[in-house]
Amino acid sequence: MNTTATTINSATHQGTLIVAQAEAPLKTGPRVIDYNDRRTVGDITVPDPKMVCRDVNVYYGENHAIKTVSIDIGNRQVTSLIGPSGCGKSTFLRCLNRMNDTIPGCRVTGEITIDKENIYDKNLDVVQLRARVGMVFQKPNPFPKSIFENIAYGPHIHGLAANKRELGELVETCLIKAGLWEEVKDRLEEAGTGLSGGQQQRLCIARAISVNPEVILMDEPCSALDPIATARIEELMDELRENYAIVIVTHSMQQAARVSQRTAYFHLGDLIEVGDTEQIFTNPQHRLTEDYITGRFG
Amino acid sequence: MNNNTNPLARKDTTAIVRAGLQRRYAAEKRFKWYGLTAISIALLAVVLLFADILIKGLPTFWQTDIRLEIDFAPQIIDPDGRRNPDDLSLADYSALWKKSLRQLFPEVESREELRSLYALISSGSSLQLRDRVMANPALIGVTQNVDLLADDTVDTFFKGGVDRELPEAQRPLKDDQIAWLDKLKAEGKMETRFNTGFFTNGDSREAEQAGIGGALVGSIFTLLITLSLSFPIGVAAAIYLEEFAPYNRWTDIIEVNINNLAAVPSIVFGLLGLAVFINFMHLPRSAPLVGGLVLALMNLPIMIIASRAALKSVPPSIREAALGMGASKLQMVAHHVLPLAMPGMLTGSILAMAHALGESAPLLMIGMIAFIVDIPTSPFKPATVLPVQIYLWSTLPERAFVQRTSAAIILLLLFLAVMNATAIILRKRLERRW
Repeated sequence: MNTTATTINSATHQGTLIVAQAEAPLKTGPRVIDYNDRRTVGDITVPDPKMVCRDVNVYYGENHAIKTVSIDIGNRQVTSLIGPSGCGKSTFLRCLNRMNDTIPGCRVTGEITIDKENIYDKNLDVVQLRARVGMVFQKPNPFPKSIFENIAYGPHIHGLAANKRELGELVETCLIKAGLWEEVKDRLEEAGTGLSGGQQQRLCIARAISVNPEVILMDEPCSALDPIATARIEELMDELRENYAIVIVTHSMQQAARVSQRTAYFHLGDLIEVGDTEQIFTNPQHRLTEDYITGRFG
Repeated sequence: MNNNTNPLARKDTTAIVRAGLQRRYAAEKRFKWYGLTAISIALLAVVLLFADILIKGLPTFWQTDIRLEIDFAPQIIDPDGRRNPDDLSLADYSALWKKSLRQLFPEVESREELRSLYALISSGSSLQLRDRVMANPALIGVTQNVDLLADDTVDTFFKGGVDRELPEAQRPLKDDQIAWLDKLKAEGKMETRFNTGFFTNGDSREAEQAGIGGALVGSIFTLLITLSLSFPIGVAAAIYLEEFAPYNRWTDIIEVNINNLAAVPSIVFGLLGLAVFINFMHLPRSAPLVGGLVLALMNLPIMIIASRAALKSVPPSIREAALGMGASKLQMVAHHVLPLAMPGMLTGSILAMAHALGESAPLLMIGMIAFIVDIPTSPFKPATVLPVQIYLWSTLPERAFVQRTSAAIILLLLFLAVMNATAIILRKRLERRW
């Protein structure tokens, strides 16, 4: 074990890491990779990818936040991104619908495609991209408007509903899908901000699906919620994944294990390990992954 | 725990804490008293200020009239009987009320005595009579009771402003004048009524005729121009700088300069207005238009800073939510950020307007300190504004002008209070919680 580590270490120092990666990609195997090896372990590809990310780098000014990450986002499944605080998982998530564009000094290189279309292409309209890749944020952030207006906003700005009746139906469908209809159907005109935290987050999910996206990104959607509301959201994700590709960032390993089919582990900007959720949690290949999921740090 | 390594374990910590408690409570009590004293001093100062202004200013809102039986004699007003308006306006109306006074006091004969008798009535009375006749020529040949403005010394006398016990030489009214007034009063010919002229008249050299009307209209014109320029420009600049502008050296320089401009003394803006608007662009001197432009320039930095603060206070989560839904940047601002920032912007601009309302220094530079009798009919006509009018009156020695100064201050403060109250109400009304 020690010898292996030393070899890889020296390889890194001599700058031959890329060659090593190209020659012998570290895929599955019954070995545990040592701490200092930051190459991605596991199969980054999936049979039916919705989004494909290759060699993605993100810089915040001088800070190299994401270091050459490649991963596929599978269709009709939940991919969870886990890792300790500051590992870049949220940053990576926000690359997928170009929310990072709004941060001054942020630079993204590499290639991210959705259905083989490069989302960082100059000709691609970011407005349309965000309609295709919806997002749910850590803190529930409904607009300070009525429940109805919250859901109707997306369809309204994109011109998706032909008339009032259609808009009403759309709002109802979204609320039903988000499992919120029964609780709010009699008070659609009330402020969305007056709902409880869990209801607000489901309202945000309903809002995200109101423009019929293909991918839903969730940035720690349950971290501000109590266990009951969390269970409700997780149930919802399980239903939603039949129609959408879902990417979720979570701090809770139990949550990742419960809701996702694939898991990616990030560490200090590197994608350390990716694989089926079951394999990651039962048989991690990398020391860092093992330490994290066994709770030695995090 | 090891007693040897923890120094606290050897002490009675509870006793030490308890011993210190007295001191802590005493300090807190002292602090409370400092605060109360400071507030009391401030309140006392405010009460004194207001009491002084009210006591001095309130009498202005009442005006003394002298009722005289005026014979609108045709031989004086219209000797040739043609009722030509030009002739009517040139007639000697003072002869009418002078005659009436002489009839009341037939014993007064000497020229000197007559002069002091005539001094009881405001010289504006002639104009008052002329306007009456011009408006209704049918009055000619009629004898009618007319309430004529008393002179400001008479007015002051009836409001208790003249001490009868003083030696005659130190009084503005002589002994015989006081005697005549007492007689008029006894006959019920002196009357006090609400002083509407104070609100409708322009400035005048005669205190009893001087009104705040011209300055009021001038202030309103000036503020309208200031508001209609500085609000849209300020809000647009703030939105651009806060939401759209890239972060680079240029925007940094602009931001620093806006902050610096907000601290520039207002008189400097007056000099700028004088140089640019009057000397270079040849806009009319003393006009509310130029005053409004100067105050708009002065207000812009404050408006931009207030608007930017309002925009900054909108939580970023709302922006993210809108952008995440695929809203464009303009949609995000127009649909979500601006409605939430509007109360703050309105409050900021109303406070800035209140500041502009009380501003006088820059307006002196562009000639709004001129003595203007006519009430301005447009922003291009010469005018003055409330604070400048206050300054003009405050330099005059007559007792009635001292009172008018305070009355104008009352009005100005009333306006400021209304504007500030509007700001508070708007903020409470429009404020949305999230």
